[in-house]
Amino acid sequence: MSEHLLSLMTFFPILGMLIVLMLPKGNGGLLKSVTLVFTLITFVISMPLALDPIFKTSGAMHYTEFAEWISVGNYFQMNYSVGIDGISLWLVMLTTFIMPIAVLSTWQAVTKNVKGYMALMLLLETAMLGAFIALDLFLFYVFWELMLIPMYFMIGIWGGANRIYAAVKFFIYTAVGSLLMLVAIIYIYYTAVNSGMDINGFSIADFYNLSLDPELQKWLFLAFALSFAIKVPMFPVHTWLADAHTEAPTAGSVILAAVMLKMGTYGYVRFAMPLFPDALKYYLPYLAGLAVIGIVYGALVAMMQKDVKKLVAYSSVSHLGFVMLGIFALNTIGVSGAVLQMVNHGVSTGALFLIVGFIYERRHTRLISDFGGLSKQMPVFATIFMIVTLSSIGLPGTNGFVGEFMILLGAFQSELRWFAVIATTGVILAAVYMLWMFQRVMFGKLDNPKNQNLKDLSFRELCVVAPLLIFVFWIGVYPNTFLEKMEPAVNQMIVQVTGEQPVVVKAVPVAAPAPVHAEEAVHGHAEEPAHGHSH
Amino acid sequence: MYDKLWLIPLFPFVGFLINGLLGKKIKNEKVIGAIGTLAIFSSFVVSCKYFLQLLEDSNKVHEVVVTSWMSVGQLQVDWGLLLDPLSALMIMNVTGLATLITFYSIGYMHGEEGYFRFFSYLNLFSFAMLMLVLGSNALVMFVGWEGVGLCSYLLIGYYYEKKSASDAGKKAFVVNRVGDFGFLLGLFLLFWSLGQKGVWTIRFTEIAANAHLLENGGLIVTIITLCFFLGATGKSAQIPLYTWLPDAMEGPTPVSALIHAATMVTAGVYMIARMNGLFAMAPDTMMVIAIVGGATALFAATIGLAQNDIKRVLAYSTVSQLGYMFLAMGVGAFTAGIFHLLTHAFFKACLFLGSGSVIHGMHHAYHHAHLDDDPQDMRNMGGLRKKMPITFYTFLFSTLAISGIPFFSAFFSKDEILWWSLSSTRGHWALWLMGALAALMTAFYMFRLVFMTFFGEQKTDARAKDHIPESPLVITLPLMILAALATFGGLMGVPHVLGQYIGHFPNAIENFLAPIFEHTQHLHHIEAHGAAATEFTFMGISVGIAVVGIGLAWLMYCKKPQLPGLIVAKFPALHRAIYNKWYIDEFYDAMVVNPTKKLGTTLWLIFDVRLVDGLVNGVAWVVKGSGRALRYTQTGYTHNYAMSMVAGVVAIIAIYVFN
Repeated sequence: MSEHLLSLMTFFPILGMLIVLMLPKGNGGLLKSVTLVFTLITFVISMPLALDPIFKTSGAMHYTEFAEWISVGNYFQMNYSVGIDGISLWLVMLTTFIMPIAVLSTWQAVTKNVKGYMALMLLLETAMLGAFIALDLFLFYVFWELMLIPMYFMIGIWGGANRIYAAVKFFIYTAVGSLLMLVAIIYIYYTAVNSGMDINGFSIADFYNLSLDPELQKWLFLAFALSFAIKVPMFPVHTWLADAHTEAPTAGSVILAAVMLKMGTYGYVRFAMPLFPDALKYYLPYLAGLAVIGIVYGALVAMMQKDVKKLVAYSSVSHLGFVMLGIFALNTIGVSGAVLQMVNHGVSTGALFLIVGFIYERRHTRLISDFGGLSKQMPVFATIFMIVTLSSIGLPGTNGFVGEFMILLGAFQSELRWFAVIATTGVILAAVYMLWMFQRVMFGKLDNPKNQNLKDLSFRELCVVAPLLIFVFWIGVYPNTFLEKMEPAVNQMIVQVTGEQPVVVKAVPVAAPAPVHAEEAVHGHAEEPAHGHSH
Repeated sequence: MYDKLWLIPLFPFVGFLINGLLGKKIKNEKVIGAIGTLAIFSSFVVSCKYFLQLLEDSNKVHEVVVTSWMSVGQLQVDWGLLLDPLSALMIMNVTGLATLITFYSIGYMHGEEGYFRFFSYLNLFSFAMLMLVLGSNALVMFVGWEGVGLCSYLLIGYYYEKKSASDAGKKAFVVNRVGDFGFLLGLFLLFWSLGQKGVWTIRFTEIAANAHLLENGGLIVTIITLCFFLGATGKSAQIPLYTWLPDAMEGPTPVSALIHAATMVTAGVYMIARMNGLFAMAPDTMMVIAIVGGATALFAATIGLAQNDIKRVLAYSTVSQLGYMFLAMGVGAFTAGIFHLLTHAFFKACLFLGSGSVIHGMHHAYHHAHLDDDPQDMRNMGGLRKKMPITFYTFLFSTLAISGIPFFSAFFSKDEILWWSLSSTRGHWALWLMGALAALMTAFYMFRLVFMTFFGEQKTDARAKDHIPESPLVITLPLMILAALATFGGLMGVPHVLGQYIGHFPNAIENFLAPIFEHTQHLHHIEAHGAAATEFTFMGISVGIAVVGIGLAWLMYCKKPQLPGLIVAKFPALHRAIYNKWYIDEFYDAMVVNPTKKLGTTLWLIFDVRLVDGLVNGVAWVVKGSGRALRYTQTGYTHNYAMSMVAGVVAIIAIYVFN
């Protein structure tokens, strides 16, 4: 069983999709229930991965599967090669965890063509999972492109008023990047083949060992980097995000924010950086610069938004800037923080979009100025909104803090010290735009008559956000559950990129003996004068 | 022995959960209040136990690790608590005052909407504050640090329907975040620079033990401490980040007493005391701290001179008194700073709760008479000493304390600060002068407040003036306890020059805190030097200053009440400037807030919408346009295609021929 666990998990939603397609069109409840069940089972299937202790000790790929897929003589060989390490583990878990929540959020929001919507959601899940576990570059590309299609339709058919523009913009932006990447992938393949290297299809493990000419790397890296940067999205190629997020239906925004944006950051970690280490070295300051600009820029623009969803979208630009900065720090603390922050952003921003969805379903508006004083009418909603807001601001005790702190600390230790200093201002700005929005939506007098009869959250809605809240605090208070399983993989990635072993200093043991020792040290200093006095 | 230390923060946290989750169902105010008070009282009891235990213990530093928090690479952080004399004093202070103030709130908040919310926030605050003082590493301290900021935000904005209240809450949070920016940078730099020496740590005991690895007086340690100090200016409302504190008075009065006077705002002072070894290594930073502290003490006192809102006067007074504490820290008088932190907690909590009692009475009267007057405006008060005798006397004792009248608590603490600011190896006469002038103004504006509120003719509207009751016991009991502390609390720190004449009365607090500060002071040669006669002289001078201030207030607000009006008429511009708080808020709005907003809008509308999207849409437009144009070539007629084929062939032949 376990040797095909990844495949089972990845393609189980496709099975669900086929069943959904066979169900009658009119029965929305049934369609949604079936979809929910399939996403839930997928989550259950993925659970053993999260519980497996192997990730604590080994940064290698596990649960690997391999099969030859398309083979054109000696010229072209593509394999179905998948596996998972401590980095992709958490992104996979995030995906399987978010999907049932996203499905549950559609219960009242989606009434038009439910069948199509559910089928697309399931297809999307397979595509996303596939992209995270692919170890063959071409296989990755297939899943990567496959993701585009369901999301395109979800925005274009079920989206808001300006949905067509948003969907096309989303598609073209992403496709432009992807095509460049495709060219680069093929170029690498033939470079490898021509160099006479014994390669196994588009295996990334083989490509890692390919010492490409640094000049060539620069071009190839740019193709990858642009493609992933669009997906992240990094400044200045972020403008599709605001439209896509705003126009997408709630479930679409949740998936987009929680999982699909991580595809870009993951792409850097898994592909762009380890494949082209020399080029990375060359471009690192520029990219880090863009990441930091994104942090500040996203925050400043978010501050002035009038539409709640747009505000959250721009806040994503800022948050993802943090993730990128952490990755570019290229040390254990920074990269671990970045990977953790990918999960955090999925949890917090996913929750934010759900929350915006709740009030949108009630009022059919997203304008901040249409609200005000909701706290009085919806106290439970207010509490949950507050918690998620604080998590987004990165208040200690919530998940956001742990990730941001590690990223900034890591970046500060690396060459990017000054970048970290500027990035830290994002901590101030995050408080400004989130609290200002919260104030305008939730505080003040409840004087708009349309808001005076709003119902507080229903039980179903509570069930939708509650799991996310658990992780807000879990990661905030005890992130070690996640950190300990990603650290070996993170270290391995750093070795691949920098060629240097990261400093593994456990110089400060934490366990019980240490405090005693420290006590003595301090006490030894202090004791003498203290005695001198009392006698 | 100390392994149950975590109970101290746990109790209020449980109280927070109970009231927060079930309070709405409980409904009964008495039950809610009892849960809140009991929760914090329990941790007071535990604190007492450990405090007494520590007094007897020969080992004064104890760390308890609850569990690991973050563990990755060089970063190893625990959920760890630290009990030493410094944190022991602080937990006594926090739990004790929080118990009194939570109890007081049972009466004060009676009938308020969201009663349970108030008590759950209050417990959450106590929890966060206890984490702050007990944290054994800088990051756990930071959890408390931001946690108290959050509770402050929630409680300032307690009346969230009022725009001014939610504005004030937001301002407090954001301004504090500016400070936190400094705290974080300081932490990053400290972690990294100690790491360069092979010690990766953020634990306080290890920072203290390894600080010597950094260059004494070097640039690194100066920047680290300056960054941390920026954090302190935010939390403790010092120049330049003090502006949020006066606005914070939008919160209910018990909040002002607990958070914005006695506990949270002193966190910056505590933080410096906690890392005294590091700060002492940076004389330049110490000088900055002393100057900022002295300047804040003076500056805030000037604003306090002309405010008419009873709570605003106290707010500026708090800013000013916090300035004293920083002055103390800056000149190396760590013990004096912590001592003043404690006495200030006593008298300022009493003053705030007393003002709450007055407001409560005024509110009651106005409510009774169906009037909409401002119950906090001192111009509507006067003569209240007969109506509210207990409130009056407790208030008077605390005012005597803050003014520095001999043998009241702050006489000892303030005088010690002034003495150190003059005679310390890190002191300067100019610092003393700032402190002394601030003391003069303090005595003046505090007695101005007392005279305007409790003496003279009652200026309350005739319909309401006879309906001002003394507050019930639930309110006056905490007042009496606090007034007793404000009066006698100074005895814990009787200076040697005085103590030796009264049966060798020991300076208890100095002895108790010696394990924390003495090593640093020895190592960096920080001491106050001067003859006993000089010390006595300056003690006399500060008493004289206090008496002059009180006398002036008496002259202007009792003897010749027309005087203030005359002075205002003579210096209208100066009065306007003081009354409007020197226009600092307007200055910040014009220099920081509005430009930032403008920048955000510009970036969005110009860069995002016009430039990037303009480019994207432009490309789309070009593609679409050229598609439309090229469409005309796809006519579907065979002869057209044949024509173009012929043209192509001709062109190719031509190229060959002419090449």
